Amino acid sequence: MNFSPDLALDLYRSMARIRVFELRLRDVFRSGVMPGFIHLYVGEEAVAAGVCRHLNQDDYVTSTHRGHGHAIAKGIPMGPVFAEIWGKPNGCNGGRGGSMHIYDPKYGFLGTNGIVGASVPLGAGAGLAAQLRRSNQVAVSFFGDGAVSNSAFHEGVNLAGIWQLPVIFVCENNLYATEMPLAKATRNTDISTRGSTYGIPGISVDGNDVAEIYQAAGKAIDTARSGGGPTLIECRTYRPLGHFEGDPGVGYRTKEEIAEWKKKDPIDRLRDRILADRLATVEKLQGVWMEVEAEVEAAYQYANSAGDADPACVTNFVFSS
Amino acid sequence: MREIKYVDAGVEAIQEEMRRDPSIIYMGQGIGPREGNYKQSRGLWTEFGEHRVRDTPISELGQVGLGVGAAMAGARPIVDIVFLDMVMEAMGQIVEQAATIHYTSNGQITVPLVIRAAMGSVRSTGPHHSRCFYSWFAHVPGLKVVLPASPEDVKGFMKTAIRDDGPVMFIEHKFFYNKKGPVPEGEYTIPFGKARIVRAGTDATIVAMSLMVGKAVEAAEILAKEGISVEVLDPRTIMPLDREAILESVKKTGRLVIVDEAQAFCGFSAEIAAMAGEQALEYLNAPIKRVCALHTPHPFNPVLESAMLPAVPQIVEAVRQVIRG
Repeated sequence: MNFSPDLALDLYRSMARIRVFELRLRDVFRSGVMPGFIHLYVGEEAVAAGVCRHLNQDDYVTSTHRGHGHAIAKGIPMGPVFAEIWGKPNGCNGGRGGSMHIYDPKYGFLGTNGIVGASVPLGAGAGLAAQLRRSNQVAVSFFGDGAVSNSAFHEGVNLAGIWQLPVIFVCENNLYATEMPLAKATRNTDISTRGSTYGIPGISVDGNDVAEIYQAAGKAIDTARSGGGPTLIECRTYRPLGHFEGDPGVGYRTKEEIAEWKKKDPIDRLRDRILADRLATVEKLQGVWMEVEAEVEAAYQYANSAGDADPACVTNFVFSS
Repeated sequence: MREIKYVDAGVEAIQEEMRRDPSIIYMGQGIGPREGNYKQSRGLWTEFGEHRVRDTPISELGQVGLGVGAAMAGARPIVDIVFLDMVMEAMGQIVEQAATIHYTSNGQITVPLVIRAAMGSVRSTGPHHSRCFYSWFAHVPGLKVVLPASPEDVKGFMKTAIRDDGPVMFIEHKFFYNKKGPVPEGEYTIPFGKARIVRAGTDATIVAMSLMVGKAVEAAEILAKEGISVEVLDPRTIMPLDREAILESVKKTGRLVIVDEAQAFCGFSAEIAAMAGEQALEYLNAPIKRVCALHTPHPFNPVLESAMLPAVPQIVEAVRQVIRG
């Protein structure tokens, strides 16, 4: 695939925004001021960036416990996302949800999720609403390799298949569900072949190559928008960090394996491609990175500046009025 | 007033609402051309077509999960699971997603979803087609739970449930489906959280829901011949619960019997008893009595099944005991 300079820089910026955000979040978390626990998206940025580049603001996304990258790539401003993960009242959900319950309906973002597999039927349902209205919207359901052994995956993809819903199922196969290797979780580790089980297209792509992802997602999204039904895209990627922040991430994986995957870092690969193809200069890329760092700093300041929640609001929104 | 069947009252409510609001979608197993196991979707597929009335495979988790997703994205789905027992297959989607999202999204997202299912045993329907799990849902913050005991309530509450912006468990009783009752002509809704005094009385209060309402009335009629005046109160919705009406009745009669087709332990009857103990103890002239199912699964054998379920003679005896004090 040939990149235009603008597209290459856009994708570079999108991935950089996630990377810098996540690493800053990690630093703040390590300082001990942040409640709860977090799962970082570092190393998988190409998937969120490559897919969400095709989406309109009113398209839907359902996401996972490792979903900060999806929220940012879908367009929710960074400050409210940072604050939400920090549990602050100026978070996009008033701090009531945290890392695994980030929502913003203004951006069609129907939630990160603490339940593995749940994003599959929820995403299919968002597609059902779009189909019911005969609108031009699509829904993208992100999930990990851990979800494909769960019944929610089977039921959600099957229903989307029979009703030809405008949904794109994006599996971020990072080879481990917490510590369970994919090869021990299923006899069929070629996740994209499951598409044929449900009579829908299935495709595997290099999940650390944003160009491949961008191209495959574009085709699937066009198909869905034009009434052609769902596609399953398996993005083969890796989580170079631990499962959650604080998990050393070794023991169940060798240091050599992690080192090999770090060589395939998706941001480094895009940078090398941009420079090799002379799509932008080193100075230009450095400039983008500095702008992103300033944006993340502002997001941190936004979150850090907030006071704590008012305990009186704890019973709000149990029921809709 | 005209009399129509309980099942047809539900059909009428859904039909009127679907004509009014194009965002309503109805999905479930066998609700298309088959028109539902109990004919609970009669005529709807023919009128509204397969785009809005969708037959689903046997896929409860998927049905509810897609219902939640569609509700979040602007549709108003009614998901028909037919048997309350099978709702268990979709429990995570109901509890973790449907009930919780409005709260965690800080009120930004609503989940206008009706989950419709029938409960109760009707002669040897066995442990997978009889269960009365309704109090489980009332335990979950964010869910509303409705148990209509008459055709009039079915129609009025179904319309309220469909218009509600949050998830509603709409739990009918299989035994009622072919029973007729008065239903007003034309448009009406019934607000949640308003109990109904089914039969007024002065000596003891029976709180009962769904099929147990009729059994409580039968018991009250037997007791009337003994000179005991029993008030029968049907809360109709567990969540929200009309606490005021129950407490007012208990304060008036000074005696409370709770009848529940489900098990007693940690159940609806325990909640009502706790409420009376906390808020009306000084008015009680006798210990509270509960008449509930035994703590067993539903047995198939008819003799065992009868032994397991609450029956009129037990209700009569429980009231006599609270009258004796």
